Amino acid sequence: MTNETALIMKQIGSHETNRSDRDGKPAIRYARNGKIKIRAKSKSQLAMHLLVLTLLGITVFAFATFDYQGIAFGSAVADTLRNIQTVFLEPELTRDTLSGVLYQLLVTFCLGTLSTIIGAVLAFFCSLLCARNLANSVCVNVMKSIVAVARAVPTVLWVLIFAVSAGLGSVAAVAGLTFHSFAYLTKAYAESIEEMDPGIIEALKANGSSYWQIVCQAIIPSTITSMVAWTFMRFEINFANAVAMGAAAGAGGIGFHLFMAGSFYFDLHEMGLLTYIVVIAVVILEMISTKIKAKVR
Amino acid sequence: MRTVQKTMDIFQKRKLTYTLVFVAFIVIFAGASVIAEFHPIDGIVSFPAALQWIGSNLIPDEAAIERLPKILSELSETALLSVAVTVVAAALSFFFSLLGSNITKGSGILKKIVRIVAAFFRNVPDVVWAMLLMFSFGQNILTGFFALFFTTFGLLTRAFIEMIDEVSTNCVEALDATGAGFIQKVFQGIIPSSLPGITTWVLYMIETNIRSSTLIGILTATGIGYLFDLYYKRLDFASASLVVVSIVILVLVIETISNRIRKVIL
Repeated sequence: MTNETALIMKQIGSHETNRSDRDGKPAIRYARNGKIKIRAKSKSQLAMHLLVLTLLGITVFAFATFDYQGIAFGSAVADTLRNIQTVFLEPELTRDTLSGVLYQLLVTFCLGTLSTIIGAVLAFFCSLLCARNLANSVCVNVMKSIVAVARAVPTVLWVLIFAVSAGLGSVAAVAGLTFHSFAYLTKAYAESIEEMDPGIIEALKANGSSYWQIVCQAIIPSTITSMVAWTFMRFEINFANAVAMGAAAGAGGIGFHLFMAGSFYFDLHEMGLLTYIVVIAVVILEMISTKIKAKVR
Repeated sequence: MRTVQKTMDIFQKRKLTYTLVFVAFIVIFAGASVIAEFHPIDGIVSFPAALQWIGSNLIPDEAAIERLPKILSELSETALLSVAVTVVAAALSFFFSLLGSNITKGSGILKKIVRIVAAFFRNVPDVVWAMLLMFSFGQNILTGFFALFFTTFGLLTRAFIEMIDEVSTNCVEALDATGAGFIQKVFQGIIPSSLPGITTWVLYMIETNIRSSTLIGILTATGIGYLFDLYYKRLDFASASLVVVSIVILVLVIETISNRIRKVIL
């Protein structure tokens, strides 16, 4: 498993695979007709089957109740395929220069960087208040619920909410992106602090270190690797989000150009080229961050 | 005396590293601010203003309450959409990830192709998919469906490939030894061993898709995103914030349910 997936799986909590049917007695179970049962029935398996059935049921129900507005599906698909062909096979710059587009890419990159830096700094201080082994439980619960609510609001809505006061543009985009990454990183950082060896903090407390000495000499050194990994992962997400915010909330950068090319000039060729540039940038970022993560470890 | 000297060195070194990192970040921050035309002071000022906006619009007025049934119907459609997208994408990704994982012996070309296709769908921004589909499908629920579907498919394929390689290698080896066929390996080895992981990913993606469908809704004028955009542009902020609140409640409810389910399953 790569680092990134492992991190996500860790945050959504799937690493403890202590199935309840394993700690049961190894007794042979017989069916009514005297045959030996070869499948162990357990609560978790039952829940799993129920969940799969429920999700399938919801899916069928969803497809049955969607309002398709009598769309001509076949011709729409044919149109889509033709457009996909134009976008991805005939990319071309028609209105912008390559250097202009690359500068816009840099702007998007900077939007991502700014929101990651601010979000990470805020998240670091907040995670100190969110970690159960550092703060008292009232504080932890209050902070955790605030962070959960902030995380639940989609990034684009944060950007638009900030746009009411700051106007559409980079300030609203950075503030909105920061809010979501702050909430995400706080949760991640707090979890890595909670996973820390309690002996280190105890040892420093025993020799009379102050709170900030504990933070600087124990918490930062022992969690820095996972924090760096999380921050880079968030940076990749922020870059992708910054593209989306440019398109959906007029935040500037390459996303805005993408939106203009697609929705205003209907220039599919240019849209294709911009898409390729974004994809290449994302792939390069992915490679860099894998390297950095490997080095930090 | 020597050891004391050494420990001092460690602390001094640490201090130096912290300072250097701090300065580097300040420089990067300043440079990025200039290029992105971001004014930190405006940013700081916008925080209290946004909080004030939230505070003054959080309590819905009468007009907003009247719109609640419409909001709720769009919200339920969004929830259904994200479940449907995730389930269909997961089914397809599972099939593809079987081809892309190390379980399938033989040609490495097939594996490479599957991985590249997945990377392509994952990295093309959902904004592009949304706009592309908008041309042909128009303001239809299928626009959102396919836009979400493509990115979800790319992400889940990669996740499933890695999971199958990690979780199922041993039991597939055991089944190989007993002479099991491909179908038997899949149904007796891979599915049982990777189902907990798959459900975890599916639940996570359902939650993520609700959030992304808001963005796609704003771009393609469908669903809950469009409703927010409509009220927002009409400056009917009370109704707009009611939309936000309802999305937050939906996401939190789904998060709670999936946490419970995970506790039972794992």
